[in-house]
Amino acid sequence: MSARATGLASVAVAAVVLAALPFGLSGYHQALAAQVATFFIAILGLDILTGYTGQISIGHGAFMAIGGYTTAVLSRDHHTNLVLTMFAAFALCFVCGLLLGLPALRLSGVYLALATFALAVSVPQIPLKFSTYLGGSGGVQSAKTVSHLWLYAVSWSAAAVLFVLAWLTLRGRTGRAFRAIRDSEVAATSSGVMLPLYKTLAFGISAAFAGVAGSLFVMGTNGFAQPSEFGILLSLQILVGAAVAGLGSLWGVVAGAAFVGLLPTISNDVPWIGSTHGQDVVFGLIVIVVMLLLPTGVAGLLARLARARARA
Amino acid sequence: MTALLELQDVHARYGPVKALHGVSLSVGEGEIVAVLGANGAGKTTTLRAVSSTVQREGDVRFRGKAIRGGPESVARLGIAHVPEGRGTFAELTVWENLRLGAYTRRGALKDDFARVGTYFPWMQDRRHQMAGTLSGGEQQMLALARAFMQRPRLLLLDEPSLGLAPLLVTEVFRIVKELNENEGMTVLVVEQNAHIALQLAHTAYVLEVGRVALSGASADLQQHESVRRSYLGY
Amino acid sequence: MAELARRLPIPQRRLPASPVLIVLTAACIFLVVGCLQSDIFAQQTVAGLATGAVYGSLALALVLIYRATEVINFAQGEMAMATVYIAYQLIQWGFSYWEAFFTTLPIALLLGVAIQVVLIRPVQHKSVIAVVIVTVGLFILIDGLVAWKWGADIKFMPSPFGNRVYHVGGVAVARGDIGTIVITLLSVLLLWALFRFTKLGLAMRASALRPAAAALVGVRVDWMLAIGWGLAAVLGAVAGLMAEPAEFVLQPTLMQPILLYGFAAAVLGGLESPAGAVVGGVAIGIFLNLVGQYVHFITSELRLPFAFLVLLAVLLVKPTGLFGHRRIRRV
Repeated sequence: MSARATGLASVAVAAVVLAALPFGLSGYHQALAAQVATFFIAILGLDILTGYTGQISIGHGAFMAIGGYTTAVLSRDHHTNLVLTMFAAFALCFVCGLLLGLPALRLSGVYLALATFALAVSVPQIPLKFSTYLGGSGGVQSAKTVSHLWLYAVSWSAAAVLFVLAWLTLRGRTGRAFRAIRDSEVAATSSGVMLPLYKTLAFGISAAFAGVAGSLFVMGTNGFAQPSEFGILLSLQILVGAAVAGLGSLWGVVAGAAFVGLLPTISNDVPWIGSTHGQDVVFGLIVIVVMLLLPTGVAGLLARLARARARA
Repeated sequence: MTALLELQDVHARYGPVKALHGVSLSVGEGEIVAVLGANGAGKTTTLRAVSSTVQREGDVRFRGKAIRGGPESVARLGIAHVPEGRGTFAELTVWENLRLGAYTRRGALKDDFARVGTYFPWMQDRRHQMAGTLSGGEQQMLALARAFMQRPRLLLLDEPSLGLAPLLVTEVFRIVKELNENEGMTVLVVEQNAHIALQLAHTAYVLEVGRVALSGASADLQQHESVRRSYLGY
Repeated sequence: MAELARRLPIPQRRLPASPVLIVLTAACIFLVVGCLQSDIFAQQTVAGLATGAVYGSLALALVLIYRATEVINFAQGEMAMATVYIAYQLIQWGFSYWEAFFTTLPIALLLGVAIQVVLIRPVQHKSVIAVVIVTVGLFILIDGLVAWKWGADIKFMPSPFGNRVYHVGGVAVARGDIGTIVITLLSVLLLWALFRFTKLGLAMRASALRPAAAALVGVRVDWMLAIGWGLAAVLGAVAGLMAEPAEFVLQPTLMQPILLYGFAAAVLGGLESPAGAVVGGVAIGIFLNLVGQYVHFITSELRLPFAFLVLLAVLLVKPTGLFGHRRIRRV
């Protein structure tokens, strides 16, 4: 079976599984699955930026915050349809991403990573300052809350749509430009790729994805947007997810999302350490072990398997 | 008398690319041995095989014992490798470079610094100059001085004439000869400049595509037909 | 070839570009004048100097590791926090403050070395991202371990310097602040002396600059890196122990804001410059205090975002930080 056919087949299987899954799951687990979808979208966005154009960002928690607050505020003040707020989040974060992409052009590597990290830490402080409109530490409550099933359906549909969007983008000319930039900026420029345009575009797309993830995230926490939920840890989780996913493989992203979405909850059930802090210990340990074993992430593993298959 | 350094059927590779296909050579104590050959023949790789800075298989013996471990252990055995690019710490001073050369040594270094001063008088005054601001010739001298500070039994020299004006090349080789005669330093030198290498060395090996094509006393090789045509230009 | 060698950028010894020097000198003059003019200004400056010294210490730890291994250690703050808890435990077992302090430092050294050998060495040659993620995992792990062993509630550490406040010509200066400044300054100086004058320090510098060449002269580069991590951990411990010298409130989140300011300071100074890290830290400490005092819009919630806005502004003007050098990339 050709690689392409295998790819299509696996997508078909995945679609069927996803469609059938919720009917076998309890509400709690549906919500958990929805959370995986949320991380999937965020990690996908980060992968486009870092994996394909090589610009490191640890600021995606900030975009999730912006997206999440967009949903909450629009819902609270204008009773906007929640799905529509997702579009709003997408658009707003796209613009924010473009705006961030511009100064990012001047920064590279570690400096960019740290600048975006700084952003991730700073953005959640803003609702605390402008507490009258943005709710302060008490947060903003959407007008509507949703059922687990609804959330599951919308999350995974959004994930599917964005996956296709990503796939189409990366396949075409834009994707080639991105990859050229990752491999060698100088070579890309000499070949006529307009660096500023594509690098900023990558930021915009990536941020937009994170924005949608943020919307879903807020919907998943009872429609409640709070600064404490968008702290450093969130950005770090997305980063971990992207690293586990590995760079440059869309299927790795699924693994990364599952890892980050499910592991903290599973590690809660580890008996011996008990208490809430057991979760951190286990999660931290597993993150370390996974990285020691799979430094190139699931993508690297898949690539190695593909090479082994090709040689066999 | 066992040779100081012996290579037997050494293979080396850079990842999937094989550079040495079974090189054998030996260096006697107190000798100067030259390794000649065109670009890509494997000369630099041969030195790297000795200092363990490249993946290798085969027998490499120093003073009769097989060499194990990475470059740090090789240095501790008493082998100083001056690599391509000289291995100078451009961001450190001349003085600090010399101190690093003596890293594996214990005990007082005063005498050694004095000795360095006799070979390279200019270094005394410019001790605190950043090594990166030295000229090419001076950097080569610094590399030699640094190797000397190590008081090695064996000096591995990679293309000392590279990038130097002819006058400087003569100077550098004169110093190498002095180090060999006065300090008893055995030298294995890799050179593209066959003419001057053959004048300096006692014996020489000619490498071609990762194998030893010719070997013998320099005097003989200088007369050898193919060597004259390919490497000496007449 | 020699021509090429001469045209390549030769890193100048340590001095930053002249515009930066001018700005820094101007800032110093401004501060001195301000202190002479206003008591409150002087108080905020001194207090800022103390907090800045702490940020600078942590920033220096980050820079040490980055210079040697090109890795940002996200767990630096948490490692520091863990060592502070160890000191706390020692005090609970009857050690005096200073006994605990000086016992904790070698423990921190060992901890740093152990982490490098066990966790970092296996991945350090494979991928930079992997190493960063390992440090992130370590961040989370340490948080969990500390909270598990000691609980997340507030603990009280005795203050090493007491609460005395001196009055120098109308300016109130806390004894704790002076203590912090002295201790951190001392540790930075000791570290500098180590690097500058000892054989070990030279070997460590050589390993960070050119690991291949260092190996050729016999330096065990791997161990130099491990010791580097150990020293960074010691610096972190000092930063943690000095973090709140007056009334010491211990909580697992102790070092998180300091880590962030430490990052900012390190980047501000230029990630490869130790001097830059210290100067950056002090600058941020003083600057934030003064801005907090005089610009009313910047309330405590906005301290962090403001610090980073400034950071971003500096980076846009000089992307490699104040003391950093333009790295010329070969094509």
